Formats: sequence, structure tokens, C-alpha cells
Amino acid sequence: MAVNVHFEDVSVGDQLPAWSRRTDLMSWNRFAAVNDEFVPIHMDDEAGRAAMNEAGAFGMGNLRYAYILNALRDWIGDEGEIREVGCQFRAINQKGDVLTVTGTVTECRLQDGENRVHLDVNVLNQDGAATCPGHAIVVLPSRAS
Amino acid sequence: MAEATEAAASMVTPDMVERKGVWSEVRTSPPVAVSDIRKWAIAVYWPEQPPRLFWDEAYAVTTRWGGIIAPQDFNPFAWPVERPTMGGPPARGAGASQGGPRHVMNGGQSDTYGVPIRPGDVIASRSRLRDWEERPTRLGETLFVFNENEWTNQAGDLVKLRVSTTIRY
Repeated sequence: MAVNVHFEDVSVGDQLPAWSRRTDLMSWNRFAAVNDEFVPIHMDDEAGRAAMNEAGAFGMGNLRYAYILNALRDWIGDEGEIREVGCQFRAINQKGDVLTVTGTVTECRLQDGENRVHLDVNVLNQDGAATCPGHAIVVLPSRAS
Repeated sequence: MAEATEAAASMVTPDMVERKGVWSEVRTSPPVAVSDIRKWAIAVYWPEQPPRLFWDEAYAVTTRWGGIIAPQDFNPFAWPVERPTMGGPPARGAGASQGGPRHVMNGGQSDTYGVPIRPGDVIASRSRLRDWEERPTRLGETLFVFNENEWTNQAGDLVKLRVSTTIRY
């Protein structure tokens, strides 16, 4: 029942704790297996190059999306709730990339009886390139409840 | 005459106009298993251990959720026994059209979440072409197509509403 963060402790400008993963076929293949997502461009270098990615096979957008959810979940803890997440897939996730989810609180407000925290989120690669800009809304427990 | 010229330049097809706002038939998932959730969580947290909320029932019952829940990106429609004739992952495509634009891009997605998915749940999915916007961008004349995919559980509670954007130019 541990609460990671209360609504009252969050302010606009706060940063999401950084959440990182090195990605390659070990992570892509596992995601392909659970999501039944066996697409040649994510498994085979030749197919990746045929799709105009010189480095070969590349990662799934859906896995980057999962990383955003994971970073949010790790921050809010099990008593919090993820209400909304949206993103755009801007850059390719190359083999060996270290992806880091970042987030900045943009708004905190009570809405529809929920303590909602709005964030701008992104997934950066090791070069600092923004691969997945987006937004999120999480619901946090209150110290009063 | 002007109308005819405008219609010829548009990437909006008669098929899109006909399908706008019309929900697809409902598909239902197989019942969600604890093991499905555990494997999904391991995959998306790899190589680190996923939160206990996703695999440890003894722990999960002590949380506000009262039991294991699935990560919110969990897909209960993965691994169907019957495969679509054309193959590929399910529920991508309301709004797709033949011919017309030369380029198609994934413009992103936005999900609104309701109740979580739990072991035993049977999820119903329906989708529709919601609407579109056609305007000039740096890519030239560009068509933004917005598709909705709605998931509900066996109690009729909203699990997820996804709005996906496809960009055609």
C-alpha cells in the first residue's frame, strides 16, 4: 500500500525520475512475442535496410509507448492511476539505443473529483534526440484521503 | 465546376465519407490469464523485474486494486486463433483507403484509460473512422485521419479509448 508520491507534493516544473532501457533484439523479440508483432523490419536487418533504415532492423513504437507508461507507473506507485497518455513517433529506435523517458509537470488540478497531474513526456535516445514527444495525465492520492 | 475540381484534389475518398462515424462490428478477446499479464510485464520491463502489482497476487490484494491488474498497454487481442486474411496486427485500420496519397505516416496516438484489465476479463473492441482534417502543411496538401478504437470489459466499463492519427500526403 506504499504511496510513492502524494498530489500535494507535486508542483509545476517537477521532473519525472529518469527511466532508461538499452534496447536491442533481446527486448524487441520479447515484445514481439507477447504482442504477436512479428514484423520483418523489427527482426531482420535486411528488411530494415529495405525500409530505408541503413542500420537495419529497428524497434517498435509500441515498446517506446510502454516505456512511457512504465516510467509513469514507477513514479506514481501502485496507488496512483494513469488516466491518459499520448505521443507521436518521431525518430527511429536503433539497435543498441539507450532510451530514457523524461517528463515535466505542466499542471496540477482537481478535476472530476480526481487529483490530476499533467505532464509533457518524451523518450530521448543516448544522443538526446527526442524520439517520442507526448503528454500524460496521472491521478495521485491525496494526503487528506 | 469548382466543386468538382476541389473534389478531385482531395484525398478524402467516398469510402471514407460513407464510413465516417460508423462503428465496426465488435470483436471480443479470449479471457485474460494471469500468465498473459505476467509475460507482458516481463517483456516491457526487460531486463529488470516488473512491479509486483502485475504478477504477485498476494501483494496485489493489499493495494487499492484488490488484485493483479495488467500494464495499461497490455493487448488482450494478441495471438488470435483465427487470422485476418491479409495478416498483420488487428484493429489498425479504419480509414485506410486505396490509391490517392503517395505517403502514409503514423501520426501518433492518444489513449484515455478507464478501469484496468484484470485476470478473467473479456475485452470487447470496436473502432470507427471518427473524422479527418485536410490542410496544407510543409509536406504539401496533407490529410490527417482520426480513428477511434474503444475497449470495454464484460461489465461494460470503459477500459481504453484510443485516438490514432494517420497522416497522408
